[in-house]
Amino acid sequence: MAHALEPQAKTLAETGPGASFGVIQGLDPRMRIVVASVFSIVTVSLSTIPGLIAALAVSIGVLLMSRLPIRRTLKRMAMMDSFIIFMLVLLPFTTPGDAMFNLFGFPASWQGLWKATEIALTANAVILSLMVLVGTMEPVTLGHALHKLRCPEALVHLLMFTIRYIEVLREEYMRLRAAMKVRGFRPGTNWHTYRSFGYLVGMMLVRAIERSERILAAMKCRGFSGRLLLLQEFNLTLRDYVFAATLCIVCIGLLCLDFA
Amino acid sequence: MHIVDGALSNPVVIGGAIAAAGGIAMGLKSLDLDRIPTAGVLSASFFVASLIHVPIGPSSVHLILNGLAGLLLGWAAFPALFVGLLLQAVFFGFGGLTVLGINTVNIALPAVLTWIIFGRLIAKGTPVQGAVWGGIGGAFSIAATTAFVAVSLALSGDEFLPAAKLVLFAHVPVMAVEAVLTGFAILLARQVKPELFYKGASA
Repeated sequence: MAHALEPQAKTLAETGPGASFGVIQGLDPRMRIVVASVFSIVTVSLSTIPGLIAALAVSIGVLLMSRLPIRRTLKRMAMMDSFIIFMLVLLPFTTPGDAMFNLFGFPASWQGLWKATEIALTANAVILSLMVLVGTMEPVTLGHALHKLRCPEALVHLLMFTIRYIEVLREEYMRLRAAMKVRGFRPGTNWHTYRSFGYLVGMMLVRAIERSERILAAMKCRGFSGRLLLLQEFNLTLRDYVFAATLCIVCIGLLCLDFA
Repeated sequence: MHIVDGALSNPVVIGGAIAAAGGIAMGLKSLDLDRIPTAGVLSASFFVASLIHVPIGPSSVHLILNGLAGLLLGWAAFPALFVGLLLQAVFFGFGGLTVLGINTVNIALPAVLTWIIFGRLIAKGTPVQGAVWGGIGGAFSIAATTAFVAVSLALSGDEFLPAAKLVLFAHVPVMAVEAVLTGFAILLARQVKPELFYKGASA
Protein backbone atom coordinates (compact mmCIF):
# COMPACT_ATOMS: atom_id res chain seq x y z
CA MET A 1 0.00 0.00 0.00
CA ALA A 2 3.02 2.21 0.24
CA HIS A 3 2.52 3.00 -3.45
CA ALA A 4 0.26 5.87 -2.46
CA LEU A 5 3.39 7.74 -1.44
CA GLU A 6 5.83 6.31 -3.96
CA PRO A 7 4.11 5.70 -7.28
CA GLN A 8 6.94 3.61 -8.67
CA ALA A 9 6.99 1.18 -5.74
CA LYS A 10 5.09 -2.06 -5.95
CA THR A 11 2.05 -2.23 -3.74
CA LEU A 12 2.23 -4.27 -0.58
CA ALA A 13 -0.93 -6.03 -1.60
CA GLU A 14 0.86 -7.34 -4.65
CA THR A 15 3.99 -8.61 -2.96
CA GLY A 16 2.50 -11.96 -1.99
CA PRO A 17 4.55 -14.87 -0.80
CA GLY A 18 7.40 -14.06 -3.17
CA ALA A 19 8.66 -11.16 -1.09
CA SER A 20 11.08 -12.07 1.64
CA PHE A 21 11.29 -10.24 4.91
CA GLY A 22 13.92 -12.47 6.47
CA VAL A 23 13.26 -13.83 9.92
CA ILE A 24 10.10 -11.75 10.32
CA GLN A 25 8.38 -13.29 7.32
CA GLY A 26 7.88 -16.75 8.83
CA LEU A 27 6.46 -15.56 12.13
CA ASP A 28 2.79 -15.83 13.02
CA PRO A 29 0.98 -12.55 12.15
CA ARG A 30 -1.05 -12.64 15.37
CA MET A 31 2.12 -12.90 17.40
CA ARG A 32 3.71 -10.03 15.47
CA ILE A 33 0.77 -7.76 16.27
CA VAL A 34 0.83 -8.67 19.96
CA VAL A 35 4.60 -8.29 20.23
CA ALA A 36 4.52 -4.91 18.45
CA SER A 37 1.80 -3.71 20.85
CA VAL A 38 3.68 -4.90 23.94
CA PHE A 39 6.90 -3.32 22.71
CA SER A 40 5.25 0.03 21.99
CA ILE A 41 3.52 0.15 25.38
CA VAL A 42 6.84 -0.64 27.09
CA THR A 43 8.63 1.99 25.00
CA VAL A 44 6.07 4.67 25.79
CA SER A 45 6.41 3.92 29.49
CA LEU A 46 10.19 4.41 29.41
CA SER A 47 11.30 7.78 30.72
CA THR A 48 15.09 7.93 30.56
CA ILE A 49 17.20 8.78 27.54
CA PRO A 50 19.45 5.65 27.79
CA GLY A 51 16.37 3.44 28.02
CA LEU A 52 14.83 5.08 24.96
CA ILE A 53 18.06 4.88 22.96
CA ALA A 54 18.15 1.16 23.79
CA ALA A 55 14.53 0.84 22.62
CA LEU A 56 15.33 2.57 19.33
CA ALA A 57 18.34 0.24 18.98
CA VAL A 58 16.01 -2.75 19.42
CA SER A 59 13.73 -1.37 16.69
CA ILE A 60 16.67 -0.90 14.36
CA GLY A 61 17.82 -4.43 15.21
CA VAL A 62 14.41 -5.79 14.20
CA LEU A 63 14.61 -3.73 11.01
CA LEU A 64 17.98 -5.30 10.16
CA MET A 65 16.53 -8.76 10.81
CA SER A 66 13.64 -8.08 8.46
CA ARG A 67 15.73 -7.36 5.34
CA LEU A 68 13.44 -4.47 4.49
CA PRO A 69 15.06 -1.83 2.27
CA ILE A 70 16.76 0.07 5.08
CA ARG A 71 17.09 3.45 3.41
CA ARG A 72 13.50 3.58 2.27
CA THR A 73 12.14 2.54 5.64
CA LEU A 74 14.26 5.08 7.49
CA LYS A 75 13.25 7.73 4.97
CA ARG A 76 9.60 7.04 5.69
CA MET A 77 10.31 7.27 9.39
CA ALA A 78 12.04 10.61 8.81
CA MET A 79 8.95 11.81 6.98
CA MET A 80 6.99 11.47 10.21
CA ASP A 81 9.73 13.41 12.00
CA SER A 82 9.25 16.33 9.64
CA PHE A 83 5.69 16.58 10.98
CA ILE A 84 6.71 16.83 14.61
CA ILE A 85 9.95 18.79 14.20
CA PHE A 86 8.03 22.02 14.77
CA MET A 87 6.84 20.99 18.18
CA LEU A 88 10.22 19.56 19.12
CA VAL A 89 12.04 22.78 18.20
CA LEU A 90 9.57 24.79 20.26
CA LEU A 91 9.82 22.64 23.38
CA PRO A 92 13.19 23.89 24.72
CA PHE A 93 11.85 27.45 24.58
CA THR A 94 8.57 26.68 26.32
CA THR A 95 9.78 24.38 29.10
CA PRO A 96 10.99 26.23 32.18
CA GLY A 97 14.37 25.14 33.55
CA ASP A 98 18.11 25.73 33.43
CA ALA A 99 19.01 28.04 30.58
CA MET A 100 21.02 26.48 27.76
CA PHE A 101 21.34 29.55 25.52
CA ASN A 102 19.34 32.59 24.49
CA LEU A 103 17.83 33.05 21.06
CA PHE A 104 16.53 36.56 20.35
CA GLY A 105 15.97 36.95 24.06
CA PHE A 106 14.11 33.64 24.48
CA PRO A 107 15.87 31.25 26.84
CA ALA A 108 16.12 27.60 25.79
CA SER A 109 16.19 25.12 28.64
CA TRP A 110 18.03 21.81 28.96
CA GLN A 111 14.90 20.22 30.39
CA GLY A 112 12.97 21.13 27.27
CA LEU A 113 15.70 19.74 25.04
CA TRP A 114 15.65 16.42 26.93
CA LYS A 115 11.87 16.28 26.73
CA ALA A 116 11.99 16.87 22.97
CA THR A 117 14.67 14.18 22.58
CA GLU A 118 12.57 11.74 24.60
CA ILE A 119 9.53 12.31 22.40
CA ALA A 120 11.53 11.95 19.19
CA LEU A 121 13.16 8.70 20.39
CA THR A 122 9.87 7.19 21.59
CA ALA A 123 7.96 8.09 18.44
CA ASN A 124 10.63 6.73 16.15
CA ALA A 125 11.20 3.51 18.11
CA VAL A 126 7.48 2.69 18.16
CA ILE A 127 6.71 3.55 14.55
CA LEU A 128 9.77 1.69 13.28
CA SER A 129 8.93 -1.51 15.14
CA LEU A 130 5.32 -1.21 13.99
CA MET A 131 6.30 -0.78 10.35
CA VAL A 132 8.71 -3.71 10.50
CA LEU A 133 6.60 -6.17 12.50
CA VAL A 134 3.10 -5.34 11.22
CA GLY A 135 3.70 -3.26 8.09
CA THR A 136 5.48 -6.14 6.36
CA MET A 137 2.29 -8.22 6.40
CA GLU A 138 0.01 -8.36 3.47
CA PRO A 139 -2.86 -6.00 4.36
CA VAL A 140 -5.38 -8.84 4.01
CA THR A 141 -3.37 -10.98 6.42
CA LEU A 142 -3.52 -8.10 8.88
CA GLY A 143 -7.31 -8.22 8.68
CA HIS A 144 -7.42 -11.98 9.23
CA ALA A 145 -4.97 -11.80 12.11
CA LEU A 146 -7.01 -9.06 13.79
CA HIS A 147 -10.10 -11.21 13.37
CA LYS A 148 -8.33 -14.13 15.07
CA LEU A 149 -7.38 -11.75 17.87
CA ARG A 150 -11.10 -11.23 18.50
CA CYS A 151 -11.56 -7.87 16.81
CA PRO A 152 -15.25 -7.19 16.08
CA GLU A 153 -16.23 -8.78 12.78
CA ALA A 154 -17.78 -5.60 11.37
CA LEU A 155 -14.57 -3.68 12.01
CA VAL A 156 -12.51 -6.32 10.21
CA HIS A 157 -14.96 -6.20 7.29
CA LEU A 158 -14.56 -2.44 7.16
CA LEU A 159 -10.77 -2.81 7.21
CA MET A 160 -10.83 -5.37 4.41
CA PHE A 161 -13.12 -3.22 2.27
CA THR A 162 -10.92 -0.19 2.81
CA ILE A 163 -7.79 -2.13 1.89
CA ARG A 164 -9.47 -3.58 -1.18
CA TYR A 165 -10.84 -0.31 -2.52
CA ILE A 166 -8.04 2.15 -1.74
CA GLU A 167 -6.20 1.06 -4.86
CA VAL A 168 -9.36 1.04 -7.03
CA LEU A 169 -10.36 4.51 -5.91
CA ARG A 170 -6.86 5.87 -6.23
CA GLU A 171 -6.85 4.77 -9.86
CA GLU A 172 -10.20 6.49 -10.34
CA TYR A 173 -8.78 9.63 -8.77
CA MET A 174 -5.77 9.52 -11.11
CA ARG A 175 -8.11 9.11 -14.08
CA LEU A 176 -10.19 12.12 -13.05
CA ARG A 177 -7.03 14.17 -12.52
CA ALA A 178 -5.75 13.14 -15.94
CA ALA A 179 -9.08 14.20 -17.46
CA MET A 180 -8.75 17.57 -15.74
CA LYS A 181 -5.17 17.93 -16.94
CA VAL A 182 -5.97 17.34 -20.61
CA ARG A 183 -8.55 20.09 -20.31
CA GLY A 184 -5.85 22.48 -19.20
CA PHE A 185 -6.43 22.47 -15.43
CA ARG A 186 -3.49 23.74 -13.45
CA PRO A 187 -3.93 23.98 -9.67
CA GLY A 188 -3.22 27.32 -8.06
CA THR A 189 -4.50 29.46 -5.21
CA ASN A 190 -7.77 30.56 -6.75
CA TRP A 191 -11.50 30.01 -6.59
CA HIS A 192 -11.52 27.96 -9.79
CA THR A 193 -9.04 25.45 -8.33
CA TYR A 194 -10.97 25.03 -5.11
CA ARG A 195 -14.25 24.61 -6.95
CA SER A 196 -12.73 22.02 -9.27
CA PHE A 197 -11.21 20.07 -6.38
CA GLY A 198 -14.51 20.24 -4.51
CA TYR A 199 -16.37 18.83 -7.52
CA LEU A 200 -13.62 16.22 -7.87
CA VAL A 201 -14.12 15.04 -4.29
CA GLY A 202 -17.90 15.13 -4.66
CA MET A 203 -17.73 13.12 -7.88
CA MET A 204 -15.45 10.55 -6.25
CA LEU A 205 -17.88 10.13 -3.36
CA VAL A 206 -20.95 9.82 -5.58
CA ARG A 207 -19.19 7.23 -7.70
CA ALA A 208 -17.95 5.42 -4.58
CA ILE A 209 -21.50 5.12 -3.26
CA GLU A 210 -22.82 3.88 -6.57
CA ARG A 211 -19.97 1.39 -6.70
CA SER A 212 -20.80 0.18 -3.20
CA GLU A 213 -24.41 -0.45 -4.26
CA ARG A 214 -23.16 -2.66 -7.08
CA ILE A 215 -20.80 -4.45 -4.69
CA LEU A 216 -23.61 -5.11 -2.24
CA ALA A 217 -25.82 -6.48 -5.00
CA ALA A 218 -23.00 -8.76 -6.18
CA MET A 219 -22.32 -9.94 -2.65
CA LYS A 220 -25.98 -10.67 -1.97
CA CYS A 221 -26.18 -12.56 -5.23
CA ARG A 222 -23.43 -14.84 -3.92
CA GLY A 223 -25.14 -15.36 -0.59
CA PHE A 224 -23.01 -13.13 1.61
CA SER A 225 -24.08 -13.59 5.20
CA GLY A 226 -21.62 -11.38 7.04
CA ARG A 227 -19.26 -14.15 8.05
CA LEU A 228 -15.55 -13.93 7.38
CA LEU A 229 -14.21 -16.90 5.50
CA LEU A 230 -10.57 -17.28 6.37
CA LEU A 231 -8.33 -18.51 3.64
CA GLN A 232 -5.31 -19.10 5.82
CA GLU A 233 -4.83 -20.90 9.10
CA PHE A 234 -2.30 -19.49 11.52
CA ASN A 235 -0.12 -21.79 13.55
CA LEU A 236 2.13 -20.86 16.41
CA THR A 237 5.44 -22.67 15.99
CA LEU A 238 8.51 -22.96 18.18
CA ARG A 239 10.09 -20.03 16.31
CA ASP A 240 7.17 -17.82 17.25
CA TYR A 241 7.53 -18.70 20.93
CA VAL A 242 11.29 -18.11 20.80
CA PHE A 243 10.84 -14.73 19.12
CA ALA A 244 8.08 -13.66 21.52
CA ALA A 245 10.09 -14.78 24.56
CA THR A 246 13.20 -12.98 23.30
CA LEU A 247 11.30 -9.72 22.82
CA CYS A 248 9.65 -10.05 26.22
CA ILE A 249 13.07 -10.47 27.82
CA VAL A 250 14.30 -7.45 25.85
CA CYS A 251 11.29 -5.46 27.10
CA ILE A 252 11.99 -6.45 30.72
CA GLY A 253 15.61 -5.49 30.14
CA LEU A 254 14.52 -2.08 28.85
CA LEU A 255 12.34 -1.53 31.92
CA CYS A 256 15.22 -2.53 34.24
CA LEU A 257 17.61 -0.20 32.40
CA ASP A 258 15.04 2.56 32.77
CA PHE A 259 14.53 2.13 36.52
CA ALA A 260 18.19 1.58 37.29
CA MET B 1 -2.67 16.65 12.83
CA HIS B 2 -1.27 13.32 13.98
CA ILE B 3 0.04 13.22 17.51
CA VAL B 4 2.96 10.81 17.91
CA ASP B 5 3.81 8.30 20.61
CA GLY B 6 5.50 9.65 23.69
CA ALA B 7 4.19 13.22 23.50
CA LEU B 8 1.07 12.81 25.61
CA SER B 9 0.67 11.92 29.26
CA ASN B 10 -0.68 8.49 30.19
CA PRO B 11 -4.14 9.64 31.39
CA VAL B 12 -4.75 11.42 28.06
CA VAL B 13 -3.64 8.39 26.04
CA ILE B 14 -5.74 5.95 28.09
CA GLY B 15 -8.76 8.26 28.15
CA GLY B 16 -8.49 8.65 24.39
CA ALA B 17 -8.32 4.90 23.87
CA ILE B 18 -11.44 4.33 25.98
CA ALA B 19 -13.37 7.11 24.23
CA ALA B 20 -12.31 5.77 20.83
CA ALA B 21 -13.45 2.25 21.76
CA GLY B 22 -16.83 3.68 22.78
CA GLY B 23 -17.17 5.65 19.55
CA ILE B 24 -16.15 2.67 17.42
CA ALA B 25 -18.67 0.48 19.23
CA MET B 26 -21.39 3.08 18.54
CA GLY B 27 -20.36 3.19 14.89
CA LEU B 28 -20.29 -0.59 14.47
CA LYS B 29 -23.76 -0.84 15.96
CA SER B 30 -25.07 1.38 13.18
CA LEU B 31 -23.38 -0.78 10.54
CA ASP B 32 -25.67 -3.57 9.50
CA LEU B 33 -24.76 -5.94 6.69
CA ASP B 34 -26.20 -3.67 4.01
CA ARG B 35 -24.21 -0.65 5.09
CA ILE B 36 -20.79 -2.30 5.44
CA PRO B 37 -19.85 -2.04 1.73
CA THR B 38 -20.92 1.63 1.62
CA ALA B 39 -18.94 2.46 4.74
CA GLY B 40 -15.92 0.50 3.49
CA VAL B 41 -15.83 2.14 0.07
CA LEU B 42 -16.36 5.58 1.61
CA SER B 43 -13.62 4.89 4.13
CA ALA B 44 -11.29 4.07 1.22
CA SER B 45 -12.32 7.22 -0.66
CA PHE B 46 -11.57 9.42 2.32
CA PHE B 47 -8.21 7.70 2.57
CA VAL B 48 -7.52 8.57 -1.07
CA ALA B 49 -8.91 12.11 -0.65
CA SER B 50 -6.46 12.71 2.19
CA LEU B 51 -3.65 12.25 -0.36
CA ILE B 52 -4.89 15.18 -2.47
CA HIS B 53 -2.69 18.21 -2.02
CA VAL B 54 -4.42 21.52 -2.56
CA PRO B 55 -2.22 24.53 -3.29
CA ILE B 56 -2.55 27.47 -0.94
CA GLY B 57 -0.20 30.37 -1.58
CA PRO B 58 3.37 29.13 -1.90
CA SER B 59 2.62 25.94 0.05
CA SER B 60 -0.01 23.21 -0.10
CA VAL B 61 -2.19 21.40 2.39
CA HIS B 62 -3.51 17.88 2.28
CA LEU B 63 -7.20 17.35 2.80
CA ILE B 64 -8.69 15.77 5.94
CA LEU B 65 -12.39 16.05 5.03
CA ASN B 66 -13.52 14.57 8.34
CA GLY B 67 -16.60 16.84 8.29
CA LEU B 68 -17.69 15.41 4.96
CA ALA B 69 -17.00 11.88 6.27
CA GLY B 70 -19.25 12.58 9.24
CA LEU B 71 -22.02 14.01 7.07
CA LEU B 72 -22.03 10.88 4.90
CA LEU B 73 -21.38 8.22 7.54
CA GLY B 74 -22.78 9.47 10.85
CA TRP B 75 -21.48 7.41 13.76
CA ALA B 76 -19.92 5.00 11.29
CA ALA B 77 -17.30 7.72 10.69
CA PHE B 78 -15.66 6.55 13.93
CA PRO B 79 -14.67 3.04 12.75
CA ALA B 80 -14.08 4.29 9.19
CA LEU B 81 -11.60 6.98 10.24
CA PHE B 82 -10.03 4.60 12.78
CA VAL B 83 -9.32 2.12 10.00
CA GLY B 84 -7.74 4.91 7.95
CA LEU B 85 -5.50 5.95 10.83
CA LEU B 86 -4.54 2.34 11.55
CA LEU B 87 -3.51 1.75 7.96
CA GLN B 88 -1.56 5.02 7.90
CA ALA B 89 0.32 4.10 11.06
CA VAL B 90 1.10 0.53 10.02
CA PHE B 91 1.96 0.98 6.36
CA PHE B 92 3.05 4.63 6.08
CA GLY B 93 4.49 5.23 9.53
CA PHE B 94 2.34 8.31 10.27
CA GLY B 95 1.14 8.77 13.82
CA GLY B 96 1.69 5.98 16.32
CA LEU B 97 0.24 2.91 17.95
CA THR B 98 -0.53 3.85 21.54
CA VAL B 99 -1.92 7.22 20.41
CA LEU B 100 -4.25 5.60 17.89
CA GLY B 101 -7.17 6.03 20.29
CA ILE B 102 -6.71 9.72 20.99
CA ASN B 103 -5.98 10.45 17.31
CA THR B 104 -9.20 8.67 16.34
CA VAL B 105 -11.21 10.69 18.85
CA ASN B 106 -9.63 13.97 17.70
CA ILE B 107 -10.61 13.34 14.09
CA ALA B 108 -13.80 11.27 14.35
CA LEU B 109 -15.61 13.02 17.20
CA PRO B 110 -15.72 16.34 15.28
CA ALA B 111 -17.00 14.36 12.29
CA VAL B 112 -19.88 12.98 14.36
CA LEU B 113 -20.57 16.39 15.90
CA THR B 114 -20.70 17.91 12.41
CA TRP B 115 -23.21 15.26 11.41
CA ILE B 116 -25.37 15.90 14.48
CA ILE B 117 -25.36 19.68 14.00
CA PHE B 118 -25.37 20.04 10.20
CA GLY B 119 -26.65 16.65 9.00
CA ARG B 120 -30.26 17.80 8.57
CA LEU B 121 -29.40 21.28 7.34
CA ILE B 122 -27.44 20.14 4.29
CA ALA B 123 -30.37 18.06 3.04
CA LYS B 124 -32.85 20.96 3.28
CA GLY B 125 -33.56 23.86 0.93
CA THR B 126 -31.86 24.43 -2.39
CA PRO B 127 -28.59 22.68 -3.23
CA VAL B 128 -26.75 25.98 -2.77
CA GLN B 129 -28.17 26.42 0.74
CA GLY B 130 -27.17 22.85 1.54
CA ALA B 131 -23.68 23.53 0.19
CA VAL B 132 -23.28 26.63 2.36
CA TRP B 133 -24.23 24.65 5.47
CA GLY B 134 -21.87 21.91 4.36
CA GLY B 135 -19.07 24.45 4.02
CA ILE B 136 -19.72 25.76 7.51
CA GLY B 137 -19.77 22.15 8.74
CA GLY B 138 -16.45 21.45 6.99
CA ALA B 139 -14.81 24.44 8.67
CA PHE B 140 -16.38 23.52 12.01
CA SER B 141 -15.02 19.98 11.97
CA ILE B 142 -11.46 21.16 11.26
CA ALA B 143 -11.77 23.82 13.96
CA ALA B 144 -13.01 21.19 16.41
CA THR B 145 -10.25 18.75 15.46
CA THR B 146 -7.61 21.44 15.95
CA ALA B 147 -9.14 22.41 19.27
CA PHE B 148 -9.19 18.76 20.40
CA VAL B 149 -5.53 18.33 19.40
CA ALA B 150 -4.68 21.52 21.29
CA VAL B 151 -6.60 20.33 24.36
CA SER B 152 -4.94 16.91 24.35
CA LEU B 153 -1.54 18.62 24.16
CA ALA B 154 -2.44 21.16 26.83
CA LEU B 155 -3.74 18.44 29.19
CA SER B 156 -0.39 16.67 28.90
CA GLY B 157 1.66 19.61 30.12
CA ASP B 158 1.88 23.39 30.15
CA GLU B 159 5.03 23.37 28.05
CA PHE B 160 2.92 22.28 25.07
CA LEU B 161 0.61 25.30 25.29
CA PRO B 162 2.52 27.50 22.81
CA ALA B 163 2.75 24.58 20.38
CA ALA B 164 -0.98 23.98 20.81
CA LYS B 165 -1.75 27.64 20.04
CA LEU B 166 0.50 27.50 17.00
CA VAL B 167 -1.35 24.42 15.72
CA LEU B 168 -4.59 26.35 16.11
CA PHE B 169 -3.38 29.34 14.08
CA ALA B 170 -1.62 27.26 11.46
CA HIS B 171 -4.91 25.56 10.65
CA VAL B 172 -6.97 28.67 9.88
CA PRO B 173 -6.15 28.45 6.13
CA VAL B 174 -6.82 24.70 6.22
CA MET B 175 -10.25 25.46 7.65
CA ALA B 176 -11.01 27.83 4.77
CA VAL B 177 -9.86 25.34 2.13
CA GLU B 178 -11.82 22.48 3.70
CA ALA B 179 -14.92 24.65 4.00
CA VAL B 180 -14.88 25.61 0.31
CA LEU B 181 -14.14 22.07 -0.85
CA THR B 182 -16.75 20.46 1.40
CA GLY B 183 -19.29 23.01 0.21
CA PHE B 184 -18.65 22.32 -3.48
CA ALA B 185 -18.54 18.55 -2.91
CA ILE B 186 -21.98 18.73 -1.29
CA LEU B 187 -23.28 21.04 -4.02
CA LEU B 188 -22.28 18.48 -6.63
CA ALA B 189 -23.64 15.54 -4.65
CA ARG B 190 -26.95 17.35 -4.04
CA GLN B 191 -27.33 17.98 -7.77
CA VAL B 192 -26.13 14.61 -9.04
CA LYS B 193 -27.51 12.29 -6.38
CA PRO B 194 -29.93 14.19 -4.15
CA GLU B 195 -31.22 11.11 -2.32
CA LEU B 196 -27.77 10.56 -0.81
CA PHE B 197 -28.20 12.88 2.14
CA TYR B 198 -31.81 12.10 2.91
CA LYS B 199 -30.83 8.50 3.45
CA GLY B 200 -27.66 9.43 5.31
CA ALA B 201 -29.44 11.79 7.69
CA SER B 202 -31.89 9.14 8.85
CA ALA B 203 -29.38 6.31 9.26
